[in-house]
Amino acid sequence: MNAAAFAAWIRHTAELVSADAGRLTRLDAAIGDGDHGHNLDRGFRAAAEALPDGVPPGKVLMAAGRSIVSRTGGASGPLYGTALRRAGKAVGDAGDVGAAGLGAALRAALDGVQELGKAAEGDKTMVDALAPAVAAYEAALADGSGLADCVRAAADAAAKGADDTVLMQARKGRASYLGPRSVGHMDPGAASTALVLRGLADVAGEG
Amino acid sequence: MVGIVIISHSRTLAEGAAEVARTMGVGKAVVEPAGGDAEGRLGTSIDLVEQAVAAANDGDGVVLLADIGSSVLTAKTLIEDAGDDVLLADAPLVEGSVAAASMAAAGAGLAAVHAAAESARDHRKAG
Repeated sequence: MNAAAFAAWIRHTAELVSADAGRLTRLDAAIGDGDHGHNLDRGFRAAAEALPDGVPPGKVLMAAGRSIVSRTGGASGPLYGTALRRAGKAVGDAGDVGAAGLGAALRAALDGVQELGKAAEGDKTMVDALAPAVAAYEAALADGSGLADCVRAAADAAAKGADDTVLMQARKGRASYLGPRSVGHMDPGAASTALVLRGLADVAGEG
Repeated sequence: MVGIVIISHSRTLAEGAAEVARTMGVGKAVVEPAGGDAEGRLGTSIDLVEQAVAAANDGDGVVLLADIGSSVLTAKTLIEDAGDDVLLADAPLVEGSVAAASMAAAGAGLAAVHAAAESARDHRKAG
């Protein structure tokens, strides 16, 4: 994937988040503070509008991360922003990112999110979508799959991971105050993570 | 003097906590509020926090106090890019701010002000 492909991913994800903002906010209204879709829509829209030209993929990701931290407003801002910035740092100055490089970037994003938010798998957070996605990507890569197939495996795993949060009891964020009452609702952060990775799969499939 | 920045989802909560902390810092402590999002609604703005840190830092460093959720994550994100003279206190907002302002006003260094803020965690109110 070159810089244009990463920029296309951010723009496409902004469209997906915008189209699904109502659902994400409704999920958040059930167990969170009811602003996730609106916040993330604002963040990704700002990122899509401020994409730099003529820079390598790593710089595209870091610029998008910075916009999202600045403009999102909720906890998802620092978390998604850190994910993108760590991914950008992992990619470095490469002009084109291959399957192994993208896998390393996704792993770096997961590490960054966990370092910042201190969430483990099973806490009913975005980690429950991102961690299985990274694992599925790495498994596909080890089997010799190309970039597009690896990303598709990651997106599928993220969607399943988001579905699996329905039965979990939250241990992070506002939802954790609800204890057992948080069970029965999908985590909005896991849902949006599945959306972001679906966006990546859409773009990678075209390239 | 070590500066203090109070990060809250609410502009008025940050300003109120800063008012209390300044009073306990006998008018000498530098306490900057960073509350709400860029439009003044409930939320967090890393740009507002960066401006407050710049205003509070006279070269002796800054201790951050944050309320919950995105305030804490925003503080940690800012620290990742800031120098090692900006520290987040693992402390309750009001108690930590008062403790930090008191210690800062006494002329203590960054580590001592940070430790004072974190000691506020152990101040029991009942039992």
